[in-house]
Parts: sequence; structure tokens; C-alpha cells
Amino acid sequence: MTNELDIFVGNTTLIDEDVYRLWLDGYSVNDAVGLRVRSGILEQTGATAGVLQSDTMDHYRTFHMLERLLHTPPKLLHQLVFQIPPSRQALLIERYYAFDEAFVREVLGKKLSKGTKKDLDDISTKTGVTLKSCRRQFDNFKRVFKVVEEMRGSLAGNIQQHFLLSDRLARDYAAVVFFANNRFETGKKKLQYLTFGDLAFCAELMIQNWTPGAVDSQVDDMDVDLDKEFLQDLKELKVLVADKDLLDLHKSLVCTALRGKLSVFPEMEANFKNLSRGLVNIASKLTHTKDVRDLFVDLVEKFIEPCRSDRWPLNDVRLFLNQYSASVHSLDGFRHQALWDRYMVTLRSCLLRMYHD
Amino acid sequence: MPGKLKVKIVAGRHLPVMDRASDLTDAFVEVKFGNTTFKTDVYNKSLNPQWNSEWFKFEVDDEDLQDEPLQITVLDHDTYSANDAIGKVYIDIDPLLYSEAATVISGWFPIYDTIHGIRGEINVVVKVDLFNDLNRFRQSSCGVKFFCTTSIPKCYQAVIIHGFVEELVVNEDPEYQWIDRIRTPRASNEARQRLISLMSGELQRKIGLKVLEMRGNAVVGYLQCFDLEGESGLVVRAIGTACTLDKLSSTAAFLPACNSPSKEMKEIPFNEDPNPNTHSSGPSTPLKNQTYSFSPSKSYSRQSSSSDTDLSLTPKTAPYPQGPRIFLCPSSPSLSSGSPHLKKSCLLSESSLTPHHSSHISPVVLRKSVSFSEELLLAASGMGSGSAGKEGGPFKALLRQQTQSALEQREFPFFTLTAFPPGFLVHVGGVVSARSVKLLDRIHNPAFVGIMGNTRSYKLLDWNSFNSDEPETRDAWWAEIRQEIKSHAKALGCHAVVGYSESTSICEEVCILSASGTAAVLNPRFLQDGTVEGCLEPRLSWQPGFFSIGQEENLPAGCGFCHIPYDELNMPFPAHLTYCYSCRKQKVPDVLFTTIDLPTDATVIGKGCLIQARLCRLKKKAQAEANATAISNLLPFMEYEVHTQLMNKLKLKGMNALFGLRIQITVGENMLMGLASATGVYLTALPMPGGIQIAGKTPNDGSYEQHISHMQKKINDTIAKNKELYEINPPEIPEEIIGSPIPEPRQRSRLLRSQSESSDEVIELDLSHGKKDAFVLEIDDTDAMEDVHSLLTDVPPPSGFYSCNTEIMPGINNWTSEIQMFTSVRVSRLSNINLTNQTLNKNFNDLCENLLKSLYFKLRSMIPCCLCHVNFTVSLPEDELIQVTVTAVAITFDKHQAVQTTKTHVEKSLQRASTDNEELLQFPLELCTDSLASHPFSPAKEHLESASSNSGIPAAQRATSIDYSSFADRCNSWIELIKLKAQTIRRGSIKTTVSVEKASPLTEGHFRQRSAPACANSTVGVVKMTPLSFIPGAKITKYLGIINMFFIRETTSLREEGGVSGFLHAFIAEVFAMVRAHVAALGGNAVVSYIMKQCVFMENPNKNQAQCLINVSGDAVIFVRESELEIISAQQPVASCQPACSGGEIAT
Repeated sequence: MTNELDIFVGNTTLIDEDVYRLWLDGYSVNDAVGLRVRSGILEQTGATAGVLQSDTMDHYRTFHMLERLLHTPPKLLHQLVFQIPPSRQALLIERYYAFDEAFVREVLGKKLSKGTKKDLDDISTKTGVTLKSCRRQFDNFKRVFKVVEEMRGSLAGNIQQHFLLSDRLARDYAAVVFFANNRFETGKKKLQYLTFGDLAFCAELMIQNWTPGAVDSQVDDMDVDLDKEFLQDLKELKVLVADKDLLDLHKSLVCTALRGKLSVFPEMEANFKNLSRGLVNIASKLTHTKDVRDLFVDLVEKFIEPCRSDRWPLNDVRLFLNQYSASVHSLDGFRHQALWDRYMVTLRSCLLRMYHD
Repeated sequence: MPGKLKVKIVAGRHLPVMDRASDLTDAFVEVKFGNTTFKTDVYNKSLNPQWNSEWFKFEVDDEDLQDEPLQITVLDHDTYSANDAIGKVYIDIDPLLYSEAATVISGWFPIYDTIHGIRGEINVVVKVDLFNDLNRFRQSSCGVKFFCTTSIPKCYQAVIIHGFVEELVVNEDPEYQWIDRIRTPRASNEARQRLISLMSGELQRKIGLKVLEMRGNAVVGYLQCFDLEGESGLVVRAIGTACTLDKLSSTAAFLPACNSPSKEMKEIPFNEDPNPNTHSSGPSTPLKNQTYSFSPSKSYSRQSSSSDTDLSLTPKTAPYPQGPRIFLCPSSPSLSSGSPHLKKSCLLSESSLTPHHSSHISPVVLRKSVSFSEELLLAASGMGSGSAGKEGGPFKALLRQQTQSALEQREFPFFTLTAFPPGFLVHVGGVVSARSVKLLDRIHNPAFVGIMGNTRSYKLLDWNSFNSDEPETRDAWWAEIRQEIKSHAKALGCHAVVGYSESTSICEEVCILSASGTAAVLNPRFLQDGTVEGCLEPRLSWQPGFFSIGQEENLPAGCGFCHIPYDELNMPFPAHLTYCYSCRKQKVPDVLFTTIDLPTDATVIGKGCLIQARLCRLKKKAQAEANATAISNLLPFMEYEVHTQLMNKLKLKGMNALFGLRIQITVGENMLMGLASATGVYLTALPMPGGIQIAGKTPNDGSYEQHISHMQKKINDTIAKNKELYEINPPEIPEEIIGSPIPEPRQRSRLLRSQSESSDEVIELDLSHGKKDAFVLEIDDTDAMEDVHSLLTDVPPPSGFYSCNTEIMPGINNWTSEIQMFTSVRVSRLSNINLTNQTLNKNFNDLCENLLKSLYFKLRSMIPCCLCHVNFTVSLPEDELIQVTVTAVAITFDKHQAVQTTKTHVEKSLQRASTDNEELLQFPLELCTDSLASHPFSPAKEHLESASSNSGIPAAQRATSIDYSSFADRCNSWIELIKLKAQTIRRGSIKTTVSVEKASPLTEGHFRQRSAPACANSTVGVVKMTPLSFIPGAKITKYLGIINMFFIRETTSLREEGGVSGFLHAFIAEVFAMVRAHVAALGGNAVVSYIMKQCVFMENPNKNQAQCLINVSGDAVIFVRESELEIISAQQPVASCQPACSGGEIAT
């Protein structure tokens, strides 16, 4: 005697958070049942494996039907088929759009294309996230990207509005979209130490300061692309390292101010010109798409690695960067103070966030 | 007279993509009513079109308004080819046709397609302007309200309960009559949906007409069913109870939202005269109407004319036409009762002296006369307090016949209600049921097929002119069965059947028609007596006197309904009677089975539980007549088996009564299935059930003996465990006081399960299981062994869970507001081809048990909770498939606030829903009953008992004279009855009494307790659904109309839709959604009395196809949380509700 058909439909749709988690994690029904058995639920409830199997199947079916709606969360709110309390709707959406740190680090900055999708097998093997879950997360990225790509207004705001995500998650998605759009390289070995949090932090600052939206809130793509004019202008900063006098003056200003305050003062003094050159050159090269993509690689190579090899403490890095950007204001010959600030304020915060092991 | 229907199409949303190229849709809408169609403009390239159309106006007859659904079709415009249909919405506009319900239908409706399911939503506004006051000569019955609820709806009061209404409509099934037999799924499904919609509209209209004829204004307990008879057609039939309902708010202007049954109601000081009888002749004296209704001449003539009415009682009546001497012994201990009896005797002798009585206006006299008339009434209904003795019989019979008069005028004194206003139900006799096996092709009329062809595929045929045979046949079938039910009820000394329902099971051309109900004796007050209209008013009005009586003599009520309504010497079949354990004066049966809900005032001990009997019987595949014969032969045995199982399980639970009993017999190709569900309870009035004793066949075999004793121990343990689990701890009552008739030991031991007639097979056992009589299971073969095993395999629900199939769970009364209605469906394939009855039984048992276990597991987050109204249906869609469908509601309750159930019966009446207005319908009669019942022994009886009437022990003495019935005897009688294709299960009686005075303080406290959690989770836009007639923690403020929907869903891509489970899961979810959308559009926020009447599922996995038909119904309502109401009601002066109470007494 086998059950050919076995369903349970409630007027209020039953959502089991644990099963939802298992479903999101991409486990098959049988695996999920196995995991649930191991969780000790049978002992707690006195149920049988058959009951658990049937229950899991039911939930999986429900989730499968809900998935179509989860792709456009506002539909989930307005649909009439599943009666779900608002708090549960929010939970469903939030969990559905949540992603794994390991997975996001693999695809961050990659083009959200079919090609990448084909690589999901490898990513799955590498990260230990099931392929099913990888697909869901990848599709989420792609879906969000497609919807907000061409939209006006705040990126995170748009995402929040169209996908009803929490503030935190919406900002994370904004970072993902920003990275994917600008194709920043994040996969290099020397960048592996950076967490998604680090990169999302940088992305947020860059969105705030380096996009067209930073100066004009009414332009298209205001938050997704970098401000072309700004990047063009950044070339002007080159004078800071090209002009030897200016460079020396800058160095002496920084050194005077920091003498006795840094534990790594001699190393700083020795390295000042290299570091300054590195930072300014990164800025001046950002007109090239290729160099934009390598922004994080360059930051690590040109600034973070030298400092790290000299064992700068984080606090010294902070003092140095503060002084380094502030001293420019005392350079009389330098006319692009505003530009410098727009560049350096963001860069300083990014570097400080990225400066860890 | 005509009405104007106005429809406006506002917008659409979430439409499907119909144009692949643009990923968009060019949608427009066709609005059709009758033969008129309007169209909106095409809204180009949008999935969220904003049509914002003009008002489309249809000028139509109200007859059409009732029959026709409004049909809205959404299409995709296509310039070059035919427009593609996206989907449809059918809107039943009936709720707009009576003034008190909804005034507008406005909201988002799912657009439904029978192939694709829900495809987006459409926003529609519908209004109706009716001019129906102009003409009373009509075919329509606009204005008659319909309720699925099987009790008096919460914001109404019953003025008169007229009785049974039924109707059926027949048509050919488009599925089978499709032109050229080429079936295009969508067209045929839609034709069917539309046809059934039309037929239900027509049916409702016709029933409405009958109600109007009876001068009623509503149908309560309306149950409409479809019989898909395949080739031979489609039958839509409905039954209901016609009533005259008064809206409570109309008489009492106290709560703005008509939530009349507010708490204050229960605090009404009943010693005041609430008087204002708004109707007719002002306050008539109780005397008047009483004397009227018992006018002896009338009753006698009736008696003589209807010879078969009442068993052998009729002849006996004659010698005692005056009967006064019986009551002339005023030796009763309680003084107040003496004079009433005296009074009665004079009244009886001078029965025509109405004026004389009405002259007794002084309060004292009035009071007495009232109690007299009460006695009369009681006696009339077979249960007079003094008439328990054999000499009382004739008098009882006489009066019973008199009260019957009101009912006898009706063809069928049936009531589909399962819960009643207090005082309506006097006694319950037991379950009566009838089944009949019919061959469908017998009525197949060749002429009918010829004409059918292609002339009209959808339009309803006028059967009366076209082919009168067809519905006549069906009518005759049902009439036959109802007649049987009626005669069974009479055999039980009852003149009415309550909790009545009908059902069918069809397989190929064989059809089993079933009807069942509970034989009962009713208080005639509510029943309009048609013949004597214009004479004296058959009603009572409130008089101060009544109430004072009620106050003086508060009695532990709630036992009255258990008292037997029949004469114990003329019992229809043997039964074991004892004196009532509550009042110790009347006889009660040892076990009571009923199809109704537990009366609100019944006193129970502990909690109730769901009890199911499950049974399969294989049968040979056969054709037509042979098949029908085989089935008819099997039926009695199945009935017997089912009954035995129920009885055993009841004993195993340590309980003594079943409520809400529903036995379903399903016929399949090669088997019959029986499934009985009921809620077991322990009624304090009935004797404590004995245990179950196992008897072995071969006592010499040592190991066998051991095995037996082992099983016996297990059974005893189970009983003890169950008693603990359900908190059944009845107070030990000393035997002498109870005076229970203990049979001779020898007799007792002869209780055998088997029907073996030879007494030498009887094993003498020590049956001293407690003091009570044990129920003996004789294990003589593997079958019996199997039965015992299966008894023990039923696992009790996990802790924190309770289940019942009645509206409320006896013993739980502190509901919190969380409810979860659900439907669960399982289809199992029987893998073994060499099936035996045993394996089949086991499979079926497992299927049901596992299903229950799954439910408990799924709903574990709601613990502590109770599954209420658990409704199982079984069908056999194919050879080896068993389909079980369950609909129920889980309700949470507060463990910590548990109120002691034993406190008062008033609280129990509250469980029902705080919103009950039943308390309003308070009757003087009951109060008087109490006063009489309070005398330990009624004087009349003592007199009859002559010398032996020394107060303490009459019962014990009587006991010896009772022919103690063995179970075997009972079984025999069973089989006999069953052979008549009907059986009578058990009997008992109901007398409903509510003590209003006691109610008030508790009510108040209870209300407060519950209101706190109630407010917790109210969310906007949520539509609650429940099979119950109430919503815990809330008051229903308005009934918006009946919801009755029929859907077909079909797929040709079963695998892609997730297989059969995915397909049906989605479909049921969609059905829920469509019900909710209709309720929301009516302005409601809940469906009560929701029922899924049909869920027919067919699959053909090889073709990747499946089809499902679902029929659901319920009452759309608006409810308000009690927490919100408290604020309003606090401002209401308590006294203001009094006018409403008086309304309960009004009769026209």
C-alpha cells in the first residue's frame, strides 16, 4: 500500500522554518528527511519516519509553488492563492534572497551571464554549497541586477522597493550589483583574504561618492556606474606625484606631522613616495575599464601589501592616511582639493577596511 | 419583478503573458449575464490593465438573478486569429438579493481557467437594484436567506422552525453529452461549471419558494450536493430546514453592528417582563396556548386515523382518556409541585375550558398552571415526569400524539440542524438511518437520449414538461428513504428527526442512497401549526411567574435529554435501562448514539475524543443487478460491524455516548468501505460503561489462556489509561442511591459479542469488572482476534492534542483565537492483488491512522490545540485506489485558564461561541421542567407504583422487572432492522435547560479571560475559514450570504505540474483562494460552516492527465474580535437587550 497522493493544504499556509532552510540549502527531500531525523525531531514529537517524509514533501511542494512568486516579491504580497501572515512573508523573502558568504565571494565582480552559470558546478564543489542553492543565489543576483540595472534613484532603495528586502540585505545586493556591473576583480589569490563584508563596505562608499548619483540624484544609472567625469578628472591628481616639488612638500608635511606618532615612522618615511605614487597612479588610471576592474588588486599590491610587509599597525595606517589626505590641503600649488577629497575620503575608508590579515 | 444588475470592470493585475513576442498581453473583458454580453475596450500591452469601464447594466427578471451567475471572461485580443481566453470568474449574485446581506460585491477575483488554474486577478464591482416589492406572484424567491450553518445563525433568533425543505434538479452531464463525443477539455469543463452554477441557482430558488410557501424567511442547515451519475446525468439536490428568523438587532437596538448576543444578554434579569411582543395579539397567556395545543378532541381523532403512528401504544391510550386519577396523589416531598399536578388533573378532565384557565391571572395560579402545562408538554413528548411507569405509558402516548400533530402535518418532520435553541429538543431517541441500493440505468430513458443530442448543451431543461420521469424517479427514491427514516423514528417513540443528512455513493451504475439522523422529541413551540392559524396563538410569552419558578428551583439540568422517550415495555428493541445518574428519576439507556452536536447544557465528565470505525469488505465485480444485489447483501453486515467497532472503541475509551455520528458507506468496483466518525463523551447522566471482557473459545489450552489474559490486561490498561487521558473520573455513586437495576449475575454473563444462539456456548465468566457490566468479546476465530488487535492499535493523539468531529470539544472551553482550517487528501494504491478482508482492513486502518498522525505532526506548533469538526470522506476512484479526504479546523486553547468543566453547564453553553444567542431563547417551559424534575420522585409515579412507592428504592425494585437485554439479543434485533435496509442505533433523549441566572457572573469572567489573547493576531485582508459555525474569541456581526462554488481543474501535463500531489495541492489552494476572494469582495472576513462537499479526483498517469472536481460551501460573515467589541458593549446599558429576548417567544 503506497501513497500515490498525499497533500495537506491549510487556509493559512504552513511554513516550517527548518524545512525552508533545508529547501533553500538545496537538499533533496530524502536528504532533508535524513537531516531532520538526525535533529531528533522524531523523539521530540513521537512521529514516524513516514510522517516526516510526508511532511517534508508537503513543505517542499509548497515552497516550489511559492518560488515563482518569490521571484517578484511584491506579487507574493498581492497574490491570493497562499494566505500567509505578513511577518511570514517577510521571512520567506528575506531567507530566499539571503546568500552564502562563500558563494558570493566566488561570483562577486563576475559577469552575471550564462557563462558564469556554467561554472556553478565548480563553485559548488569548491564552496560546499549545493548546486541547487548556488543556482538560486546566482539567479537572485541576476534577477535583481536586471531589474535595477537601468533604474533611476538609489540603488539600495530600488532593490528594497522591488524585492522587499531588509535594509541590510538590500545594501548587500546593491554591492553585488555594483560589483557585477563594474566587474571589479575580486577572485585573485591575493584578494582572497577580503571578506564580502569588506568589499560591500567599499562598494557602498564608492556608490555614495564616486557615482553620478553622488552629485546629481536625477541621472540614469546613477548608482550603478562610476562617474565618468570624475574618473576623467582624477587624471589631474597625477601632478601630486609627477611634480617632484609637490611630492617632496607633501612628504615633508606628512612626516612633520607624524614624527613620533608612528611606530613605523622610518618605514613610512622610506616608503612615502612609493605609496603616494601608488595611490595617485591608481586614481589617474581609472579611465581605463581594465584598470577599474583591477582597482582592488592595485590597492592591495600598491598599498596594503607594502604596509603589511613592514608590519604597520592598523592605527598607524589610519594616522598616515589621515595625514596624507589632509596635508594636500596645505599644498598651495595644488588646485583640485575637492576632487582629491572625493577620491581620498572613499579610498581611505576602503583601505582601512581592507587592511587586515 | 425585474432588477437591474450593474457591473463595472476596474482593472486587472498579474495577467499571464499571452504574446510571446512582446511578453505582454492585450486584454479585454466580456461580461455576460443570461444572454446579454458587454465588452470592455482592449487595454493594449499590459499585464496590469486599467479598464475602468463604464457601468454595464443588465435588466433582468429576479428569477434569472437567482439562477444565473454573472460570468466574466478575460481574453487576449488577437487581430488575426481568434481571441484567446485567459480565464473566467463566476460571481454568484445571490447575496445581493436580500437586503440584510451584502450591498455590493467589490474586490479582486482570481481569474480562473480550468486548464491553467488561476491566471491573475481582476477587480470587479457589482451592484443590484431590485424592485421586487411590487409583485408577490412570482417564480423567484429573492429575500429568502440561506445558511449552511446547522444551528440558528448567531445574530438571528428563531421565531418558528418550520421544518424540512428539499428539492432536486436533474440534467444531462455535458461531460457525457458532448457534441459528437469529441471532448475539448476546456469547453466541456466550462459547460459543466456553468451548468452546475445554473442548477444550484435554480435549486436554491425553488427551495426558497417552498420556504415562502411555509411562510418562512430562511433556510438553515442548507446542504446541497451533486450526484455525478455519469451517462445517466447530473443530479443536484438540496435539503435544509425552513425557519422564520428574526434579526436580533432589529428588535433590540443595542449594538450597532447587530451583535446582539453580547454578554449582557446572559445577565438579563428574567424576573422582569421583557414583554414587548411586537407581533400581533399582544402577550397571550401561556395557559391559552397550552390548552389550545392539547385540545383532546383533536388529538384523539388524529390518533384513530393514524393507526401505525406509535407502535402498540395507541390502543392502550383509549382506556385512559381522562387519566386524571393518575396524578391525584400529591404526596411529593416538594410542596410546590403538588398543586400543579392537581391542577393538571382538572385541566385534563375539563380540557376544553380554556376561558376558565385564562381567568387565573393571579401570579400564583398562573405559575402553577404554567408548570402544569409544562408537565403536559413533557408528558406529551413521551417523558412526563410522572409517566415513567408502565401505567404512565398510555398517558404519555396520548400526549405525544397530541404534540405530534404539529409535526404530522408535514410529510417529513426532519431537521437538518445539529444544534438547537434551548428548549427545542426535549429528548433524543437515537440514531436512525436508512440506505438503499439503486441501479442508475434503470431510469435511463431512451427517449431522453434522442432529444439530448445537440439541441442544448448548457441550457437547463425544463424537466417537468420535457421528461417528467427523471426527477420523479429521484424524488421517489429519496421519498422512500425518508419514509423509512420517519417510521424508524416513530418506532423509537419520537416524532421528529434532527441532525438529518443525506448522501450518495456512486460507482458505475450502482448508487447507494443513505440518510441518517437522530430520532427526537421536540418542543412543539417552535413548530408552526399550520392548520390552526388564526386560532389561538401557539406561543408563549414571558410572564413574571415563569421566571420566578425558574429561579426558585435550580436543578442540575442536562440529563433530561438522555431520558428515554419511548415506553420501556414497548421498546423497539432490547436495551439496558437504568435510572438517570443525574436526576435518578427517569430511565436512561446505557449508551447513547446521536448525529447531533452535544447539547450546550449537557453535563459531561472529562474531555471527548474522536472515535472512528473503519471497515472494508471485498465484493466480486459484477454487473448491474447482480452487483446491486451483492451490495445490498453486504450492507447489513457492514452496518453491524461498524456498530460493533464503535461500541468497542467507546468502551475502550471509558465513555458512554457518541455525538456527531456519521457513517459513510462507499461503493467501489470490487469493495465496499465503511467509515464511521463520532465524538465520544462521558455523559454524567448515563451509567458508567463496563469494561471489555475477552472470552476464549478453548479454555483448556493453557498458552491460549495465557494469551487471552495477556490481552485482557492490555485492554484493561488501555481503558485505565484512556480514563486518565480524557480525565474521566465520575464520582462514585453508591449503588443503593442510584438504584440501578443490576441484572442477575447469570443474565449478566450472557453478554456475548457473537450472535450465537445456543446458550450452551456461553462461557460463564467472572464479569466483576468493577461494579458494572462488562462487554464481552469472544475470541473464536482469527477475525475476532484481528478485531481485538485493531482496537488496541488506535494510538491516542500526542499530548496537547485533542480531536472531535463535533463543533466543540466537550471539556474544553477556553479557546484562544488562533485557528487553522485545512484539507488533507491521501490516495493509496493497494499493491496486493490477492487482497483479503483482513489486509484490506489493516491497510485502511493504517491509512486513516497515519493521516491523523501526520495532522498532529503538522500542527504541532499550535499545541495545546484541538482538531474540531474532523470530517473524513472516503471514495474509491478506481479499482485499487482508496482516497481519504479530511477537512478540519485546529483551534488553540489556553491550558492554564482551563475552567473546571464540572462547575456549571452554563460554561459549556459558552464554548459554543461566545456569540451564541441561544440563551435568549429562554423558555418558561424548561424552568418549569426543572421544578418538576427536582422532586426526587414524582408523585404520579409513586402512586402508580402503589404500595412499593416508599421513596428510597423504587428503582431497584423496578429493576427486577426489566428484561435485561444481552448484547446478542441486541445484535439480533440489529440485523433484523438492518435487513429493512435501515437501522436504529441507540436512543436517549434530550431536554435542554439553561439556567440564566447562574450564567451571568461566569459569562462575564469568561469573556474577559478570552478577550486578552484575542486581539493578538488580527491582520488586514485575512479571510478565516472554518467548518465551525463560530469563530473563537470573536462575534459574528453579519451574515453576508451563502458561498457555494463548484470548480473543475484539468491538466494534460501532470508531470510538469508536480505529479498528482502537485496538481491537487495547487488546485485546493486555488479553491481556498477563490472562496476567500469572494468573501472578501462581499465585505466579509470569514467563512463559517465551510464544507468541502465533494472532491472527485481522476487521474490517467499514462496519458499524463488528471482531472478534479471540487464543490465547497459555507457562510460568508463579518466577525469582530471580542476585544474590540468589549469597548462598544461596555457603553451599552445592560437593560437595553431585553426586547431582544422577548423576540424568542414570538410566533406568527
